[in-house]
Amino acid sequence: MANIAWPPASKRGLIGKSISRIDGPEKASGRAKYTYDQNPASLLVAKMLTSPYAHAKITALDTSAAERMPGVRAVYVFNGVGKEVNWEGHEIVAVAADTEELAEDAVRRIRVEYQQLPYFVDDADLAQAAKDGRARQLGAETSGDPSTGFQQAEVTSEGDYGIPVITHCCLESHGSVAQWQGDKLNVWISTQNVSGSAGEYAQSPELNVPASNVNVDCQVMGGGFGSKFGVDTWGLAAAALAKKAGRPVKLMLERKEELLMAGSRPSLRGKIRVGAKRDGTLVAWDSDSWGTGGMSVVGIHGLLPYIFRGIPNRGSRYTAVRTNTGPARAWRAPNHPQACFLTMAALDDLAAKLGMDPLDFFVKNLPLAGERAALYQEELQKAAELMDWKAKWHPRGDKAPGPTKRGVGLSIHTWGGLGHDSYCRTTIHPDGSVEVATGSQDLGTGTRTVINIVAAETLGLPLDGVRVEIGDNKYPPDGASGGSTTVGGVSSSTRVSATNALNELLAKVAPGLGTTPDKLEAVGGKVQVIGDPSKAISWKKACARLGTTPIVAMGQRNMSLISSGVGGAQMAEVSVDVETGVVRMEKMVAVQDCGLIIDVKTAMSQVYGACIMGTCYALHEEKIMDQQTGTCLNPNMEFYKLSGLDDVGDIVVHMMTDSAIESRGVIGLGEPPVISPGAAIANAVANAIGVRVPDLPMTPGRVLDALGKGEKA
Amino acid sequence: MRDFEYGNPSSLKQAITLLGANFDEAQVLAGGTDLISLMKDYVVTPRRVVNIKSIAELRGAQETAAGLRIGSATVLEDLFERPAPLHPFPSLRTAIEGVSSAQMRSMGTVGGDLLQRPRCWYFRNGFGLLARDSQGRSLVPGGDNRYHAIFDNAGPAYFVCPSSLAPPLIALGAAARVTGPKGSREVSIAELFRTPRDAGESEHTLGPKDILTEILIPARSRTLRNATYEVRERRVMDWPLVTASVALRMEGKRVRQATVVLGQVAPTPWRAEAAERALAGKELNEAAAAQAGDAAAQGAHPLSRNGYKVQLVRVAVKRALLQAIA
Ligand SMILES: Cc1cc2nc3c(=O)[nH]c(=O)nc-3n(C[C@H](O)[C@H](O)[C@H](O)COP(=O)(O)OP(=O)(O)OC[C@H]3O[C@@H](n4cnc5c(N)ncnc54)[C@H](O)[C@@H]3O)c2cc1C
Ligand code: SF4
Repeated sequence: MANIAWPPASKRGLIGKSISRIDGPEKASGRAKYTYDQNPASLLVAKMLTSPYAHAKITALDTSAAERMPGVRAVYVFNGVGKEVNWEGHEIVAVAADTEELAEDAVRRIRVEYQQLPYFVDDADLAQAAKDGRARQLGAETSGDPSTGFQQAEVTSEGDYGIPVITHCCLESHGSVAQWQGDKLNVWISTQNVSGSAGEYAQSPELNVPASNVNVDCQVMGGGFGSKFGVDTWGLAAAALAKKAGRPVKLMLERKEELLMAGSRPSLRGKIRVGAKRDGTLVAWDSDSWGTGGMSVVGIHGLLPYIFRGIPNRGSRYTAVRTNTGPARAWRAPNHPQACFLTMAALDDLAAKLGMDPLDFFVKNLPLAGERAALYQEELQKAAELMDWKAKWHPRGDKAPGPTKRGVGLSIHTWGGLGHDSYCRTTIHPDGSVEVATGSQDLGTGTRTVINIVAAETLGLPLDGVRVEIGDNKYPPDGASGGSTTVGGVSSSTRVSATNALNELLAKVAPGLGTTPDKLEAVGGKVQVIGDPSKAISWKKACARLGTTPIVAMGQRNMSLISSGVGGAQMAEVSVDVETGVVRMEKMVAVQDCGLIIDVKTAMSQVYGACIMGTCYALHEEKIMDQQTGTCLNPNMEFYKLSGLDDVGDIVVHMMTDSAIESRGVIGLGEPPVISPGAAIANAVANAIGVRVPDLPMTPGRVLDALGKGEKA
Repeated sequence: MRDFEYGNPSSLKQAITLLGANFDEAQVLAGGTDLISLMKDYVVTPRRVVNIKSIAELRGAQETAAGLRIGSATVLEDLFERPAPLHPFPSLRTAIEGVSSAQMRSMGTVGGDLLQRPRCWYFRNGFGLLARDSQGRSLVPGGDNRYHAIFDNAGPAYFVCPSSLAPPLIALGAAARVTGPKGSREVSIAELFRTPRDAGESEHTLGPKDILTEILIPARSRTLRNATYEVRERRVMDWPLVTASVALRMEGKRVRQATVVLGQVAPTPWRAEAAERALAGKELNEAAAAQAGDAAAQGAHPLSRNGYKVQLVRVAVKRALLQAIA
C-alpha cells in the first residue's frame, strides 16, 4: 500500500526538482486562451460608464439615446438616480453592443446629472482628514511600559515614514465573458476563485440562477495578486446583460478602470520612535500610523512593529482614513509590505544612530522576533554570504569619490501560507491514462505544474503520463488562491487522491503478482514488489486489469502534509547618483524558506517576480490623487510607473531547504518574498547616501529632497 | 474614439488640401503613436486624419551640401539604425536612443516627436492644455506639478515641451521646413514652439493646414562638439525628467560659442542663455561646466513639487558639457 506521506528525498523523482511550467509553451506561443480570448459566437462587448467625480449623487440618468443606437443590445444600471457614487471610477451603467467601438460610443450618449458632494482623496493630509471627520482610530496596542522603555533607552531614533497607495496592475485586467444556454450560465472569468464563483452568481436576484447551473471557467489568467476573489459587480453585469440580450457578453475592464476601481493596496504612514540600549538591544517602540483603504475602513493595527513583537515596551496606534478612492483589496501579502517597510526602516535608522552594522543589530535582536528567530538568523547569514555583505556594508554615506554612491540594506519578513481546503479527484483509466482534476486555478504561479508533479510522482509516472484538469468548477472544489494557500491545498489533496487511486490499483494487481498490495509500489512506469524490480508489470498492463471500469478516487487536503509559517531575508544593493537622485538597483538577494518545495523552478520564479514587484513599489509606483479634482492623475501605464527590465538589477534567489525544513511539509510562497524589498531597498539607499528617504517610492525628486538638494518653491 | 475620415495622400499638395481650417477638422497623422492615444482618450477629436507616411519625399535622410536633410516622416529607428549620418551629432543620437522601445522608434517619426503634445497629466486627463477647472482656475500650481515647468511658468501654461529631439536640434542650429497652402517656408526649430498665453492657443506655431516636411542640420554644425544628457527615473519606456543639449564651437580648449538648450523644463525647449554667456571664451573644464550648470538654473521658478528639477538642470548641463568635450 502506498502511503500519503511525502516520499523521502532519496525516493523523489520529480518533487523538489527544477521543472519548467507545463503550460509555458502554450502561453509563450499565444495558444493559451485567456478570458480576453474567449469569443463565443454572436458575442457582444460591454463597456462601462463610471463616475468622473470622487463623490456625487446621481440626480438624473438617461440611457435612451444609447439604447436607440442600432447595434446596442442591452443596458445595465449599477447605480441609478438617487444613488451616491463614492470614487472616480465608481460604476454607473454598462452597455452591451455588437462591437467594442459601438459600446463605447453608446456609453458616451448616456446622460447623467450629478450633484457633486464633498470629497477627500489626499490621505497624506491626516490633519485635514481629521477635520473632515474621516479619521478613525482603529487600534491602540500597548505592552510593557513604553514611557519607562524610552527612559531606559540609551539611544533613541525617531522618524516619519510613508508608503503610498498602489494598485495591483494585473497584466490581464478584470473581467469575464458570460453566455447563457437556456437556464444555464457559462462564464469565463479571470478569477482567483474558480470554485467559489458560482455561488456569487446564484446570490444575484436578477440572474435567478442556481449555483448548480453556473459553469465557471478560468484555464489561465494574467495575475490577480489578491484583487480577483470576487466576480465583482461588473461580472454580474456581464451575466445580466447577456441574459437581457440573449447573446454572450464580454466585459473586460479598461486599463484606466482597472487602476481606478479594481483594487488597491492601502497606504501606511506614520511617526515611529524606537529606543535601544547602547549595545543595540531594543527596549522601546512607539508608532502613530495611519493609512487609507478607500471608503472601507481597513488597517494594519496589530502588525506594528513588524516581526519584532518581543520589544518589551511598545505602544502603537493606528488611524484609518476614509478617502473617496477605489476600494482596497488584498494585495500580495496584505499589509505586510507596508508594516515591514515602516518597521525595518525605523530599525535601520536606529542601527545607524547606534553606529552598528544593521546585520549585527538585527541578529542581536532576533530573540525578540518570535518562534522563527533561529531560521531568520540562518537566512540572514546566507543572504549576507550571497551579497558579500561584510565587504559591501559601510557606515551610512558612501565615502567613495564621485556622485555615484553604493549601499546595501536588509530586511526580514514572515508569512503563514497554510494550504486551503481542497479536494482532488484522480481517475486511472484502464488504458493507463490518468487524469487529475481539481477546481483550482493557476494565477501564473505554476499550480498546474505542481499538481502534475505531485500526481506523477505518486503514481510513478512521467509528467506527461498525467493530465491535469483545473480552472473549472465542475471539478472537485478547491479554495480561493489567496494568502499563499494554493500550493499546500492542491499538493496535499492531489497527493491523497492519487495515493487513494493507486491503492485501489495495487489491490487489483497484487494477486496477479502473487503478493499483497502492501508489498507493492509504483515507480518508473511500473508496478513492482517493493525493492524487487524483477517482480514487476508495466503501468499499462497493471491498468488493463481494471477491465472497463476506471478507478476514481477522491482526496482532501491533509494537514500532515502541509504546515504554515515561513521566514525570509532579503538584501538589496543599490547605487544612487547623489547629483540627480536617480536610484539604480544593482543586486537583490532573496533567501526564503517554504517547507518542502514541490518545484524549485516555479518556486524561484515566484521570488524573482516578487523582487521585481518590490522594486516597482520601492522606486516608482504610486497612485497619485489630486485633491483639487478628486481624480487620479496617473490611471495609465505611462505615469503609473513600473520598473522596466533595465531598472531591475541582478536577482539572486536562494531557497532554504534541508531535511528539517522539508519535514514541515508544503507551505505557501507566493506572497512572502514581496514583503521585504521595499524595506531592503530603502535601507540600501539610506546606506548609500547617508540620509533616509522617508517615503516610497524613492523617486529622484524625493532622493534629492532628502539630500537637501531639492529647491523649495 | 470619435469617428473620423482617413486621408491617405501620396503627395504633399494633396495632403494640404485634405487638411482643414482648424485642428478639429483635420490633423496630420504620422506614426500615430501620440495622435491615436490622444484620440482614444478624446483629448483631440479630429474629424479627419491625414496620413503623411505615404508621401515618399517626406521619408528618409540625405547628406547634401547644405547639410543633413531629414524628412519629417522618417521613423526614428531608421536614423538610429544607420549611424553614419548621425555620426557628427551624438547629441541627437542620444536623444533618439532615449525614445524607447525599439517598437516606439520604429513607429514614431522625427516630425511626430517634435510635434507630440505635452504629457501634462491634467491635459491628458481632459482638463485642457491650460489645465483649468470649471471655474477657469489653473490646477497646476496647487496640484501635483512634479513634472511641470520651472521656467516660463508664470501661467497660464505650466506644461513642459515633451520632445527629446527639439533641444539637440535647436542646439545644432537646425532648421525646419514647413509647407502650407501658400508654399513652404524655413523656420528655426525653436520657432516651431511657443508658450500659449490664451485658451485656444496651441503650443506649436504650425497652422492647421501646415505640414512640417523636413529638418535640415546645417553642414557647418558638423564641427560642433555636441552632447545631450538626459536624467531619467526609469531607463526605458519613459520620458526624461530633464535634458540638456549643448553644442560648442571650440577654439583649442576654449569655447568660442556655446548653445545650451534644456528639455522638459518649460512649455517650449528652453535656451539657457546665461549658461551660454558663462561659457563663452572660457576653457571648458569641470569647474566651468559646473558654473555653466549653475548659470542655466538661474531664474528658475519651481512650483510646489518640482524644485528638484532645478538641481537636475545644473547636473544635466554640467554633464552634457563634459561629455561634449570628452
Ligand atoms: C513609452 C514611450 C516612451 C517615449 N519616450 C519618449 C522620449 O523619451 N522622448 C521623446 O521625445 N518622446 C518619447 N516618446 C514619444 C514618441 O517619441 C512620440 O510618440 C513619437 O515620436 C511621435 O511620432 P509619431 O510619428 O507617432 O507622431 P503622431 O502621433 O503621428 O503625431 C504626433 C503629433 O504631431 C503631429 N504631426 C506629426 N507629424 C507632423 C508633421 N510632419 N507635420 C505637422 N504635424 C505633424 C500630429 O498631428 C500629432 O498632433 C515616447 C513614447 C512612448 C509611448
Ligand atoms: S511588454 Fe507588455 S505588452 Fe509586451 S508582451 Fe510583455 S507584458 Fe505583453
